[in-house]
Amino acid sequence: MARNPIELAGARPGPPFEITFDGRTVTALPGQSVAAALWAAGILAWRTTRRGGRPRGAFCGIGQCYDCLATVNGRPNRRACLVPARPGDAVTTQQGDGHER
Amino acid sequence: MSAEPYDLAVIGAGAAGLAGAVHAAGQGLSVALLDDAAQAGGQFFRHPAPALKAGRPQALHHHWSAFRELRSRLAASAVDHLTGHHVWTVTRDGDLPWAVHALTGADGEEQRPVCIRARALLLATGAYERQLPFPGWTLPGVVSAGGVQAMLKSGLVLPGRRIVVAGSGPLLLAAASSLATAGARVPLVAEAAGYLGYARHPGALAANPGKLAEGALHAKVLARHRVRLSTRSAVTEVHGTDRVEAVTVRRLDRDWRPLPGTGRRIACDALAVGHGLVPRIELATALGCATRQAPDGTSVLVLDDRQQTSVPGLWAAGETGGIGGWQLAAVEGELAALAVAHRLSGRPAPARVRELRRRRDRMRRFAEAMGAAHRPGPGWTHWLQDGTEVCRCEEVTAGSIREAVAELGARDARTVKLLTRAGMGWCQGRMCGAAVACLAAGGGGAAASEERRPFAVPVPLGTLAALDEPN
Ligand SMILES: Cc1cc2nc3c(=O)[nH]c(=O)nc-3n(C[C@H](O)[C@H](O)[C@H](O)COP(=O)(O)OP(=O)(O)OC[C@H]3O[C@@H](n4cnc5c(N)ncnc54)[C@H](O)[C@@H]3O)c2cc1C
Ligand code: FES
Repeated sequence: MARNPIELAGARPGPPFEITFDGRTVTALPGQSVAAALWAAGILAWRTTRRGGRPRGAFCGIGQCYDCLATVNGRPNRRACLVPARPGDAVTTQQGDGHER
Repeated sequence: MSAEPYDLAVIGAGAAGLAGAVHAAGQGLSVALLDDAAQAGGQFFRHPAPALKAGRPQALHHHWSAFRELRSRLAASAVDHLTGHHVWTVTRDGDLPWAVHALTGADGEEQRPVCIRARALLLATGAYERQLPFPGWTLPGVVSAGGVQAMLKSGLVLPGRRIVVAGSGPLLLAAASSLATAGARVPLVAEAAGYLGYARHPGALAANPGKLAEGALHAKVLARHRVRLSTRSAVTEVHGTDRVEAVTVRRLDRDWRPLPGTGRRIACDALAVGHGLVPRIELATALGCATRQAPDGTSVLVLDDRQQTSVPGLWAAGETGGIGGWQLAAVEGELAALAVAHRLSGRPAPARVRELRRRRDRMRRFAEAMGAAHRPGPGWTHWLQDGTEVCRCEEVTAGSIREAVAELGARDARTVKLLTRAGMGWCQGRMCGAAVACLAAGGGGAAASEERRPFAVPVPLGTLAALDEPN
């Protein structure tokens, strides 16, 4: 019986690569979205809300809820569930609408 | 951009759109197939990107061979498959061809505006999940049930190790069985409805043995992994500070009102939740297409017996005409393709149309019986506390929405939105629409939200301005 999804799907991706999340190194697999790479590292939140400053991450998983907005390589408001992770990407927690600070 | 319009533009490359595109091409039509994703498949047939090199993608799909066949027919056809195209509006001037406007890129952020012209249009945009809020549902680790499926099927990842599944509808069983198969512990599936609801429609059930077999398949997987299913139960609270640590599950009465004294706490690190699906029809409602309320409480497109909407030249298939699953979607896509070919070429419709209509009607009856059984009961609003966020984007609480209704006299979702900003954020009310419509109607149940949005995806101002320029 499969212990994890990679085994279950018989996946043999190319070599993993590194991205960073708030400066910390995270390993991603070729073909994963930014959100998938963060989930695989146990990270569930990468945005804080505009009013309450509360943590949020992926919710709908299909590009519809906009809760997964992250700042990727300095550009805010990227839907992490849709954007593919690329080697060297710097993902940072997006504060509010991402335009302050 | 070609000057010659396509015969048919299909929006959405799920089961409905794929079937529509390949069958239209088979009838000799020139076809453009637009979808926001990088790969065909839609929600049900979502699968890992090629770079993940999944040797056994069928491990997460019961019907992978059906998709493989559609995909190879697409590859062998002359259909122009336009991936990464986010359609934000559709326009038509008089008798000129339809103009389909899209933004490109993984998340539409490449923002290269594209316009595709076609003589006929098939809307196969599928659905998104219906959410009903409850205390703690905004905590990281609470994910939509379909979203968990989508992230698992495409990225081969899980949000946690111990995942409670809750809400209502057949998608919960599918999600729970994928999660368990992929190695997660699923301590409980909490279904708010009583499955007995189906028994009231024995005719529709008997005519759809395939659907029953599918349910039985999930049940078998769940039994093998010792996953418990509690009907008439709901997660009414999530605990944790920065992420999910536990949930409280309560028994419900027939109206989905929590029964006092029945709460039990279950430790978990994630919750997958959803209360059925909502058709994605805003491109059509913006054009004035007629809608009706389906038995599940959602607003769906009114279609004639050959899948045409109330707007001539615009056909629809799959979830846009009512939630019904991928098999029904594929049948409707084929039926629509034959209807469009018949209309454009004037040739007599093939005899197959009658058989497709028969299958469609049979599956629709079943889907409507199922939708009625899982329609939210009016008591769900008793899950809410005043501080519960209803609108995730604008952080609007149940308390302020109730105040707008009780004290400021709001009677519909639009007025509530103007008074509180609920539904005004990035998602344009997709996540809170169902809940706000119920609260505005002064009670619970499933009031259909309007599904009217100016654009199907957020659009930069520059693109809007460029629309006026002749091209
Ligand atoms: C998140 C989610 C997960 C699901 N998982 C399952 C499951 O595991 N099992 C199951 O039986 N059913 C599942 N379903 C139900 C699913 O709706 C149907 O089974 C089936 O996929 C319906 O086929 P369809 O062709 O009508 O729509 P879909 O398969 O949803 O296809 C619609 C396509 O259109 C695209 N699209 C929509 N709007 C636009 C636009 N404006 N511009 C460009 N492209 C657009 C979408 O991205 C999608 O690719 C899920 C539904 C959702 C919402
Ligand atoms: S998780 Fe909903 S948009 Fe990305």
